[in-house]
Amino acid sequence: MRTLLKMTWIELKLFVREPVTMVFTFALPLIFLFVLGGVFQNIPSEEFRDAKPMDYYTPAYVGLVIASIGLVGLPVHFAKYRERGVLRRFRASPLHLWCIFGAQVLVSLIIATLGGILLVVVSMIAFDVKVPESVALVIAAFLPSVIAFAAIGILLGSLLPTTRAAQGLGLILFIVMLMLSGSGPPPELMSDAMEKTGQVMPLYYVIRLMQDPWLGYAWNWDAFMILAGVTVVASLASLRLFRWE
Amino acid sequence: MKKIIEVEHLRKVYGSTVAVNDISFEVADGEIFGLLGPNGAGKTTTVECLQGLRRPDAGRLRVLGLDPQSDSRELRRQIGSQLQDSALPDRMRVWEALDLFSSLMPNSPDWRTTMEQWGLTEKRKSSFSRLSGGQRQRLFVALALANNPKVVFLDEMTSGLDPAARHTAWDLIRAIRDRGTTVVMVTHFMDEAERLCDRLGIVDCGRLTAVDTPQGLITTYAGQVRVVFSTEHADLSWLQGVPNVSRVSRHGPRVEVEGTGPVLARVAAALVERGILPTDLRQEQPSLEDVFLSITGHTIQD
Repeated sequence: MRTLLKMTWIELKLFVREPVTMVFTFALPLIFLFVLGGVFQNIPSEEFRDAKPMDYYTPAYVGLVIASIGLVGLPVHFAKYRERGVLRRFRASPLHLWCIFGAQVLVSLIIATLGGILLVVVSMIAFDVKVPESVALVIAAFLPSVIAFAAIGILLGSLLPTTRAAQGLGLILFIVMLMLSGSGPPPELMSDAMEKTGQVMPLYYVIRLMQDPWLGYAWNWDAFMILAGVTVVASLASLRLFRWE
Repeated sequence: MKKIIEVEHLRKVYGSTVAVNDISFEVADGEIFGLLGPNGAGKTTTVECLQGLRRPDAGRLRVLGLDPQSDSRELRRQIGSQLQDSALPDRMRVWEALDLFSSLMPNSPDWRTTMEQWGLTEKRKSSFSRLSGGQRQRLFVALALANNPKVVFLDEMTSGLDPAARHTAWDLIRAIRDRGTTVVMVTHFMDEAERLCDRLGIVDCGRLTAVDTPQGLITTYAGQVRVVFSTEHADLSWLQGVPNVSRVSRHGPRVEVEGTGPVLARVAAALVERGILPTDLRQEQPSLEDVFLSITGHTIQD
């Protein structure tokens, strides 16, 4: 436990010392917020589930923070560790694999929380976004979402051999999910095929899970169960497929 | 003597290359055991199998009574490793690495002491990417010792170190041994093997060709002693008849006599008897270099 916390603390410091990752994780969703916030008039409309566009998009962009950590941050981090021989060094020590994974999950939670709070505060100030209908349920939705994407990130990091591969594939997945999962055009406006494709993406369920209680709908059990399934499958696959070298 | 490591018929193949071909040896408690050989001889593969980092294709391995494959978790708690081609995260600081690695085991020695011993205190706040090759090397050895291991594996520990740092490193390794830690080291430096190792295995082309103390190897394999002196005396053919002498050669005033056993004393006595008193009479010690050449038929650089 002491080692897990120490590892988490060190990884957190390493994250803060890496400016590019910081900007990507924290600033990119803010840029989307301002671009789309500048496009739409912030009045309630049917395609945004009868909500104001910015109330609709804010939880979706919190989803983007989570997805960028899981699809780009973590895979690149692990691939770099593997490529450079850091994993080799860790492997020869008494450090457990679960401790290496666990530290990444905790770091993801902390960073996603900070990024999420930053985004929500900015959208409240800049776009007059209102406090979620159910703050407790939004938080309850946020945690499993981060954990699911941390698991996906660790799985990608376990599979992708090089930093380049991780960067390339991670960015493609991120952009595709970003466009089709409800953080780009609203699914309500998409063609059938696009909407169906979007529903294959884990980010779709993350956004729904957080957006529903945010806009005053009931807890989305379907989305929750799907994310729980993704977490279990990705974790088991990572433990099986993880390569140290 | 208690055996800490047992290796029986170890074999490891990469594709069509046989990296390790039927190697067997034992390491006793509290000794510095070295594997000496050229690059690509199979030394690193052997110690990586011992550390559970590679799965052997055949053979039986025991380290501290544990199987490196099936008991790898317990094994890693009790050994320390300094690996080739490994790294730390670029922006991790020296003290953070030492702090982390020493926190992995209860009753680890204070990492500040280790940091001081390995001359890293000045660099404690430097990030890994800013360390020189030698500093990284010293940090890795310090990390290998951070969990107070019973056996420590050092793979080319002094490569990248300057001569002064190498001598300091040797002293520290001896100190580790004297504290009771068994040391297994891989090296291609003859002087390091000769000066540091209590026992030594010579590895060439995946095979272990000889195991003994450095002096034992020299006595066995470099049996010929060379005595050298200078003289203006024209006729030295009588030297052939001196007991223990096997060969005499001459280049101008310089005379080389090869032989076995107490050849120096015999030659000296014979010279004095004939009134020849060279001022530079001496014996040239055969070295591990000669041993290596006589066992493998090539030098270590080939």
